[in-house]
Order: sequence, then structure tokens, then C-alpha cells
Amino acid sequence: MENAPDIEGELEAHLQSKNLVINMGPSHPAMHGTVRMKIELEGETIVRADPEIGFLHRGFQKSCENVTWAQCLPYTDRLNYVSALMNNFGYLSAVEALIGLEIPERAKFIRVIGSELHRMNDHLTCVGAVGLELGGFSAFLYAIEARELITDRVNELTGARLTTSFGRVGGLNRDLPPGWIDKVLKTLDKVAELRAEVEGLLTRNRIFVDRMRGTGLITTPDALDYGFTGPCLRACGVNYDIRKQHPYWVYDQLDFEVPVGQNGDNFDRYLVRVEELKQCDRIIRQAIAKLPAGPVIIDDWRIALPPKQDVYNTIEGVMSHFKLIMEGVQVPAGEVYHCTEAANGELGWYLVSSGAGHPYKVHVRAPGFPILAGVPRMIEGKMLADLVPTFDTINMIGGEVEQ
Amino acid sequence: MSKVALDTLSVKLSQPFVERYFDRSGAEWGVVHPNALVEVVSALKHDPGLDFKLFGSMDAVDRLMLPEPHPRFEVVYLIRSIPLNDVIRLKVRVAELQGEVPELPSITPVYQGANWWERFIWDFYGIRFRGHPDLRRILMYEEFKGHPLRKDYPLRGRQGLLPERPIKDIYRGPGTSSVV
Amino acid sequence: MADVDVAPVLATRREEAMGFLEKMVSKGLGWARKYSLFTYPFATACCGMEYMSVAAARYDIARFGAEFPRFSPRQADLLMVVGTINLKQAPILKRVYEQMCEPKWVVSFGVCASSGGFYDNYAVLQGIDRILPVDVYIPGCPPRPEQVLDGLILLQEKIAGQRHKLVDRSPESPSQAQPGRNYKRTGPPPLEEGFH
Repeated sequence: MENAPDIEGELEAHLQSKNLVINMGPSHPAMHGTVRMKIELEGETIVRADPEIGFLHRGFQKSCENVTWAQCLPYTDRLNYVSALMNNFGYLSAVEALIGLEIPERAKFIRVIGSELHRMNDHLTCVGAVGLELGGFSAFLYAIEARELITDRVNELTGARLTTSFGRVGGLNRDLPPGWIDKVLKTLDKVAELRAEVEGLLTRNRIFVDRMRGTGLITTPDALDYGFTGPCLRACGVNYDIRKQHPYWVYDQLDFEVPVGQNGDNFDRYLVRVEELKQCDRIIRQAIAKLPAGPVIIDDWRIALPPKQDVYNTIEGVMSHFKLIMEGVQVPAGEVYHCTEAANGELGWYLVSSGAGHPYKVHVRAPGFPILAGVPRMIEGKMLADLVPTFDTINMIGGEVEQ
Repeated sequence: MSKVALDTLSVKLSQPFVERYFDRSGAEWGVVHPNALVEVVSALKHDPGLDFKLFGSMDAVDRLMLPEPHPRFEVVYLIRSIPLNDVIRLKVRVAELQGEVPELPSITPVYQGANWWERFIWDFYGIRFRGHPDLRRILMYEEFKGHPLRKDYPLRGRQGLLPERPIKDIYRGPGTSSVV
Repeated sequence: MADVDVAPVLATRREEAMGFLEKMVSKGLGWARKYSLFTYPFATACCGMEYMSVAAARYDIARFGAEFPRFSPRQADLLMVVGTINLKQAPILKRVYEQMCEPKWVVSFGVCASSGGFYDNYAVLQGIDRILPVDVYIPGCPPRPEQVLDGLILLQEKIAGQRHKLVDRSPESPSQAQPGRNYKRTGPPPLEEGFH
């Protein structure tokens, strides 16, 4: 210890260091499945990040081009698999816009109810996962329990827990099961309770707030430039929601608010999602109260399947059933862009028909795709630990981003 | 829909559109010449009367199997304006000349959001964007040959990266996984 | 054992004795291993959501001793391939599998992992059994949690019925066609040496 001053000097001396390139993913618990991040670090600060995607590319477009319009429906489930109903209904609406079809009122209301149920499902998963990955396992369990309840209701409605394939061109393939409405109302009460539980665990939790506030910032011009939509854009303070701007189905008859954030950071994105959960609750209750009686699918055998009674007993029924199943709905040649507001933002469909029974081109504008493209902008120059909550709150879903 | 924006553009720029037409939902499309693309898009973004700031999406269509297959590719641009509450629908036609890679000017310098979509189109349709900062494949792997969403690429054209174990496939037989 | 020169009769008896011992050891090891599966969830797609449900409170995979997901292949002995594996992902899956220590088992969760499902196109691997050996296939798109638990019980039965050894001197099989059958250990001489 004779040279103590020297050692101190050495400790203070500038260290020779170089940037470290690390590889997060594609199989990493915080990477939500399948994104690979090549990150250049200086100490713990991210200098450059380059997301590499495509590890879940399943050839969505090519598959759709080779099946009939109705058979595309199962492929759309698996785009955003947390909220499959919204994909189903969005796709069907686009096809209906291409045909120029108006669906029955009751079908519109049921589509709203289904969509909002799955919007809750999506937000609950996102919020729960944020809690989980920041170390709060119990919030995750509460959120998943609420999600299970919604999944049960969806199961009763569609027959599948996750991949619903619900709805048909021109309406819905079946009406609500008996007693379903009461169960939904009870479920909403229970979900509200669980949501309050999750909120209580997270929103004012010091550790959680410290990790979330001020991290993953994006400015409004940048967010617009990248094409952010949905909760991520609204967290930046832009009041933009397709349900309000271009009301589709019956959203113009329902009274709800669009929560808008301020700072565009992770905490605002989280708050917007929690607030939207409450609005979904409101929308579903109103839609249930206003739900009209009537058919759920149009009565046009060129588009909708005839009732089973007619298929078994009339030659016209058999013929149209056969033609619809074997050749598909005959969509007139043309093109259309149609969009709906999915849980993570604008879900757009650009469809081209060549006049045959199968699509010529199915372009899907997945809301997660531009948001993931903006992630490097959000985390460059920030700490490595900020990457995890940022990645959670944008709620990137591999299926839709990578198609 | 789109009409106001397209009219404004027609007034501001000289001859921006090759053609304007209506689609099945009654929305109007503007077909832009490739050389005018960057000018039109910059005007859309920076003109205070238009204010198309929110980038929507892009994609391409391979017209090979349609009744009029020339020019072969169409690239579609969808850009939103929040003040006007509108989507503008633009389209650029690009031909595939013999032995040449089809090319378009990149709009990434104008809209950041176009970056990944242009990579997407390069990956799946093989349309090259001049001036793109980093034009790599985005979803497929670098070893992949061809552009899978082109209509002449086979649906099951798998190009595996690994040798496969001999397994009994009662439906298709072994080894079909890597057939191009 | 091969280098010890003994009379044939004696050897038979000892083999019998050893066989009994080995059986008991194998049973004990199998029992221990089947109830302490450490899962590596290779979750890629939709099935991952069902895996979350299986792991969460209602279905609770912990009841079957497969509680704790390990996100490191070196600490796991059960590889659950949850979701679609495409051709870009396949080399990664293969590498993860190769990093796992013996004994190891593979469960193919969902039809996409088992056979490619309805994604019969240019991008998707037509079943993970084309690149690595699979023990249990769970069908469904995605499988219901009950089905997953059923698959897990099937795997446990399979593990219990397999031959486990403290030491395995059989020559290394290059194909590794049957994972879990050959438990190899390198390092200090095994306990068994003390018996004779």
C-alpha cells in the first residue's frame, strides 16, 4: 500500500474501453417470442439497436392468395393471436367494403361486443406482462385470471379459446348462446375487480413507476413519422382513434372517451391501456343494453351460407352451399383499403380481387410493424434496462408484425 | 375521401398524377409517375394545408396474373392526415424490364416509417428503392433466393437451412421440405 | 465390467444381480426425473398464449412438477417447442436443443410445431421432427390447457418407462435418435466401481 496515491490515480484514469455488441433474442424471455435485437453497448448505454425480425414469418399473404375469401379467416386469427376477434371482424369488414355490403344491425353490435372483449384481453395481457417482466409476478396472475374469464366467454361464443375464426362475410355464423349476456355482465364485474387489483399493485408502486416514467420516450413528430397508431400514439398526446374519426359498425351510437396521454413514455402507454380497459367495459355495457333483435347474417345465398334446413331440403340451398364452399364468395374485381382500430392501433387491409373466389392480394397493415420500427429511436442513448419495459408497453405481437 | 388532398396537390404541383380513379369503396386513388413521387410525398408532408404527417403503410402488387399484367408491379402508399381526417391513396406503377431489377425512388428520407415497408417490398417483391439507407431483407433470411410474394414463386418453395432427419411423412413423403 | 475375467456362471449371476440393481436405480431415477421437469419454453407464436394460461393460476402446471420455466437451455431438461417454427428459426431451435444436457426430452406443442399445421408454404418448417427427435406431440391449434397437461402426463409415463442409468458406457450414438435413453456423464469414475 505504499503507492496508494498512484493506485487512486489509476482508478481515476480513463479506461480503455470499446463498445460491446450483444445479441438479445431471438429466444429471450424479454423478447416476447421472436425478435432478435443486435445492441451495441457503451457501458450500459445503448449506442445502436437493430431489431431483426422474421423469425415468425409464416407466409400469411401467400397462404391467403391460395385459398378462398372465407378460408383466409383462420389465417387472420393468427396475426394478433391475443385479440383474434378484432382481426376476424376487421378482415370481414374489408371484404364487405370490397363487395359493397351492409351487414345487419345485430351483427354490428355483436361485432362491437366481441371486439371490445378482445381489446380488454389484449390490454390485460400487455399490462400483466409488463408487471411480470418488471418483477411483479402477482400482477401477472391477476391479469391472467381476468383474461381467463374473458377467454371463457369467447369460448362460449365462438367455440375456441384463442383462435376464434368467428364471423362470416355478411355477418356472423351464429347468434349469441342463450344466457351469454348475463355471464358477460358478471364477467365484466369480476374483471373490473381484478383490474383494480392489478392497478393497485402497479400504478402507484414506486419501483414500477421509477422503471416506467421517462423511459422509452418518443416525441410526437417522430411517432407520427414512424406511423405509430393506437395507445402508443395516444400516449404521445395525439387524440386519434379510428373508432371516433371514422366510426365503423355502431361506434357512433355509443358513448365512450378516448384516453390520451401526455409524455409518450412507457408509463403513459401503460396508463392509456388501463384507462382503455375501463372504456371497453363501458362500451360493452352500452352495446348490450342497445342490442337489437334480428338476423345476424344477410339473407343472400350468393354470399352467406344458406340455413342448414334449406341445404338439406332444397336444391337451391344445396347448390349455393356447394358453390360457396368449393368456389368461395365471388367478390367483384377491384381494390379497397379499409381499416379498423385494433388493440394496438390501426389494422388496415388493402385487398385486391381479380373477380375470382380467392383474394389476389391481401395486404395487412399490422399496427405493431411501424411501432417496432420505431423502437431503436426510443431506446438509443438510454440504458439497457429500459429496453425491457419499452418492449413490453408497445405490446409487439410476433404474429402480426412478422405475418 | 382523398378528393380534397388530391385536388390540392393537382393545383400545387404541375401534373402530379398520371391518372385518378375511384375504387370499390368510392375512395379516390392518384397514380403518380415514379419521377414525381418524392416531390408529391414531400408536398404532402410539409405543406401546411395538407399536413399528411402520419405514415400509414406501403405494399406492392404483382399484376402478373391479372387481365392487364403490364406494367408488372404497383406500389401502394397510404398516408394519413389527422387535421384533415383523411387517408391519401397513392399508387406508382413500375415495370420489370428484361434482366433488370425494378427500381423506385425511396421515400425514407421524407417518412421514417417507410424504411421497413420498403425493406419489406424489396424482400418479397424484389423492387429496389434508390436512396434507401439500408436495403436488406427484413423477414426472410439472407440465404433465401427469390422473392416469395411474386406470383411466379411457388407456394411451397422451401429453401431449408438445415439438413433434415429421415422421417416418415405419410402424407407427402420425406424430403419435400426443401423442394423449390 | 468387461475387463474383469470371471467364470461364465458367476458372471450370469452377477449380471442378474446387477440387472436388478440397475432396474431399481432406473426406477428411482425415472421417478425423480419425471416429477422435476425443468421446462425451456421455446415460445414463438399463438401457442405461447396458451402456455401462459397453462403456467398461470387456473391450470397451474406446477401441480405436475414442471413448475419453473428455465430460460437457459443448459438448466432445462424439457424443451417445449411452443408454436410455429419457420425455416429462419430452425437453426436456432436446433442449437438450443444441442445446448441442453442429457437426459433431455422434447414436447411439440401445437400442430405447427408437430407438422407445420395449415402453413404449408415457403416459410414454415413442416414439423420440428424433421430437425430434432420429439417425444410427445400435442395436437391442437392451439391445444387447450387440459390437452397440454395430458401431454405432460404422457411424457411422465414415458420417462418412467425409460431406462435410466447412473453411468452409461455405451458408445456414443451419433444420431442421438432416442434422447433420454443414454445418460452420459464424463468426469470422475462412477460409484458403481465400488461394487466389484
